[in-house]
Amino acid sequence: MKAKNTLGLILFPAFDWAISRSHPEREERLLYTQDQLLEEGIEDIEGIELINPGMATFHDVNRVHFCYPDAKSLLTESHLIAAGGVMRAFDAVLGGETDKAFALVRPPGHHAQRVVYGDRGFCIINIEAVGLEYARQRYGDMRVAIVDTDCHHGDGTEDIYWNDPDTLFISFHQDGRTLYPGTGDIDELGGPAAFGYNVNIPLPPNTGDAGFHYILENTVMPILEEYEPDIVINSAGQDNHYTDPLTNMNFSAQGYAALNERLNPDIAVLEGGYSIQGALPYVNTGIILAMAGLDYSGVVEPDYHLGKWRQSERVTDQVRRIAEQVNERWLKRKELSDREYGDHRTVTRRRQVYYDTAGIMEIQVQEFKVCRECPGVNSVHSYNDRGASMAGITIPRKACHACREEGYKLFESAAVTKRSFLQDMSFDDFKVSS
Amino acid sequence: MIIGIDMGGTHIDGAAIENGVLIASVKHQVDHSDYFASIWRCLDELLSQVDKDTVERIHLSTTISTNAIIEGRLADVALILQTGPGLQWRYERMGEHIIYLSGSVDHRGILVRDIDIAELDDARKQLLEGPVDALAVVSKFSTRNPEFERRIKKYFEDDYNEITMGHTLSGKLNFPRRVRTAYLNAAVSRTFKDFAESMREALRRSSIDAPVFVLKADGGTVDLDGAMSKPVETILSGPAASFMGMRALLDDERSDRVLIDVGGTTTDLFFLVDGVPVFEPLGIEIDGRKTLVRALFSQSIGIGGDSHVRFEEGALKIGPRRYGLPIAFGGDSMTPTDALVYLGKLEGSYRDKCLQAVERMAAEHGLEGAALAEMIVRRMCEEIRQAIERVLDKLNASPVYTIKELLRDRTIRPQAVEIIGGPAASLSGYLGETLRLPVYCPIHHEIANAIGAALAKPTLEINLIADTEREKMSIPERGLYIPIDRTFNLREAEQFALSQVREAGKALGLEEDRLDAEIVESSSFNMVKGYGGRVDRNIRVKAQIKPGLLEKLRKSD
Repeated sequence: MKAKNTLGLILFPAFDWAISRSHPEREERLLYTQDQLLEEGIEDIEGIELINPGMATFHDVNRVHFCYPDAKSLLTESHLIAAGGVMRAFDAVLGGETDKAFALVRPPGHHAQRVVYGDRGFCIINIEAVGLEYARQRYGDMRVAIVDTDCHHGDGTEDIYWNDPDTLFISFHQDGRTLYPGTGDIDELGGPAAFGYNVNIPLPPNTGDAGFHYILENTVMPILEEYEPDIVINSAGQDNHYTDPLTNMNFSAQGYAALNERLNPDIAVLEGGYSIQGALPYVNTGIILAMAGLDYSGVVEPDYHLGKWRQSERVTDQVRRIAEQVNERWLKRKELSDREYGDHRTVTRRRQVYYDTAGIMEIQVQEFKVCRECPGVNSVHSYNDRGASMAGITIPRKACHACREEGYKLFESAAVTKRSFLQDMSFDDFKVSS
Repeated sequence: MIIGIDMGGTHIDGAAIENGVLIASVKHQVDHSDYFASIWRCLDELLSQVDKDTVERIHLSTTISTNAIIEGRLADVALILQTGPGLQWRYERMGEHIIYLSGSVDHRGILVRDIDIAELDDARKQLLEGPVDALAVVSKFSTRNPEFERRIKKYFEDDYNEITMGHTLSGKLNFPRRVRTAYLNAAVSRTFKDFAESMREALRRSSIDAPVFVLKADGGTVDLDGAMSKPVETILSGPAASFMGMRALLDDERSDRVLIDVGGTTTDLFFLVDGVPVFEPLGIEIDGRKTLVRALFSQSIGIGGDSHVRFEEGALKIGPRRYGLPIAFGGDSMTPTDALVYLGKLEGSYRDKCLQAVERMAAEHGLEGAALAEMIVRRMCEEIRQAIERVLDKLNASPVYTIKELLRDRTIRPQAVEIIGGPAASLSGYLGETLRLPVYCPIHHEIANAIGAALAKPTLEINLIADTEREKMSIPERGLYIPIDRTFNLREAEQFALSQVREAGKALGLEEDRLDAEIVESSSFNMVKGYGGRVDRNIRVKAQIKPGLLEKLRKSD
């Protein structure tokens, strides 16, 4: 058997790591997935290569995150390896080894925001973002679309790319009013430099295969065609599955595989998904076959009956309405941006962030400079209920000279009063005050 | 005394070893029209040189099964498959009859869909009309739950004598390989049994009652009964015989080493890591078919002592083709062997003819004879070096699945080289310079394969899986699928695995002190249903008889 697209498979189940003994993010999570893949003979398919992950460095992490007090004290080796797995996926594709790559690694990352005090939604660092920013430094600038198909809103990825016009973020998820983390409203559209490039598609509980494909065909694909990304990344969370214990959706392995085939991502990264016996083995097999361009029609869950998981008319109507609303915002993004930000010099955003896994409440104020020359320097001032307080300054990759200068000034003045971090993406430099 | 016989493509070698000392050896050409006669002639000649009554065991490394497969002399096998949901492989070159049945179990061995008796009845009708002589029955995830395979076998038991069940051949997961392995096993079964019975009969007539063991591709042996039920395990044992011979002839330091067997057409590479052989991760490939037959890892490269040497567009090329014998041995194609003869490193039967040919070829390219001969030998060494490097890159990138293994980063860095084969001794100096490593060439290296066959020890590997929620444990290699208690734990699983390995080892005639049963891999996963549910365990243990030698060869003096 020969793959139509060569695929680098970074399969790293980390059989010796868990958040805790009975936590969903435990050693067993990818055990049955690996069993299924091995029994199917995935290793013997010509064109599918099993690749070991590398290990991200703290510098790779600091490019994306402000870790408080520092990356070293928050992260375990498993986090660096999961991120290193995604970096390896980028190397495989951008280095020309394989056409596509799938990082089947754990723990996930899409709830990790720029500021990190601890674990949120089983994530500490955003593994896609660490991989992507590494790739941009190594292989040069690129326009990227990240399509997050996890059932939970990818609030971490949203936060990291909130003001980056070169990174289109599309998340479809179960409506935040019914599921963690609660965000992901259609009106969260992005910062002043990237307004409209954060696309949230909140779906009603019990959305089935038909609903996901409707959204894909009528919203996601048209947006991607217009955006024309250089590469497409799929944050392939698998908890929209009808058997997932933490969510309420009705997506199937066939549905996931068909979605992946149509989306045609260059790189996929496993995110959540905790139906480790009933869903993951089949969804992952389906995604791998779809990415490799092979027939996935035989991949069916043991308990799948189409009739049982077909979505109701009411859900179909709701999905259709949401698609219309999202499309309208995309088409009018310029107009809406002018209305929202007009001639603002700076845009301020106050937020509360709850770290459910670590049990920390954070309050932060972000400030985005509106610059005609570049996406603009931005900063975040944050404190939490454990008494920590910090500031983080980000100089974007394409920063103009003035914004860069301003970034250093902001950093120096913040450093007088609190622990402060500076990401100079334009020079791939990172500073932290003592 | 142990008798070892290795039948290769052209030669058949025999060795008799008593208390670690080589006391007799023979070498003959293989008669391809009668393999049994070739082996018997060799055995008979050895037995005539020793005291028959002192023979404790006879070890055979044969190409009986290998040749049957490669030459396509296979029984008419019907494959009965339960592919279940998932990837649909196409099974080519697996005979004319493939029957797909419904019914499947999942990755834990839990019943998904039962077998359909009406389908079985239909299959039977269809099969009995045809010329089928053997069946291979394989179900997806049968190593997790073999009940379907057992039921299907039972259903056909009165109709067919030869029925191979996939799960009995390996505990490893890989359905397409399990299918091929089961097919090949059923397909060579009759041929191998005929051979084994002839062997038994001939020994009986010669009043020899020493047990016969057969060499496997993993460098271990299996008794004749075991080989008759799993003849596929006896394929491609030749390289393993050479490998074991090298282990017997040289001291085994706990270091990383490359073992090189230089043949006429090809050169085989093997690797040791900390003195432990590297195995194929899943199984060996034969005639383009990937199987689950456990095997030493080896890489064959298309360059050997008899490879064709010529210039192509001004560049020196060696192999991969060969055209008969070297000029120095009566052929007429330039070879590395001729270069070595020219340089005075090897003896040749037609030395003058060889010298002239090298001189002539050198003159055509404006070289001195010695310069050309050096160039040929060094190019051969360089190709071997590059092949070693490619293999090391591949081996060093083998997938790992735990943080511990990933961080250990066990990169293989050879510290020495061992070499056998026709031109081994003459090549070792050059190879040492190219590889910048010490190269050892053992004495008796020309019959290392027969010595290896003689001194190889029985081996086996078992894969235990216990699922405390299902209260089931399986060891496919032992045909075990038995109930366990919900409290069953990793320690008990390890002990059980070791006791099973020991029991199997004793059945193969290994004494207690030579058993060397060991746990290779062992892990226990907590299984949690939903949030805060009861915690069960999914336990996985791999155990084996450590591959190795019955004894080392000692110097006779």
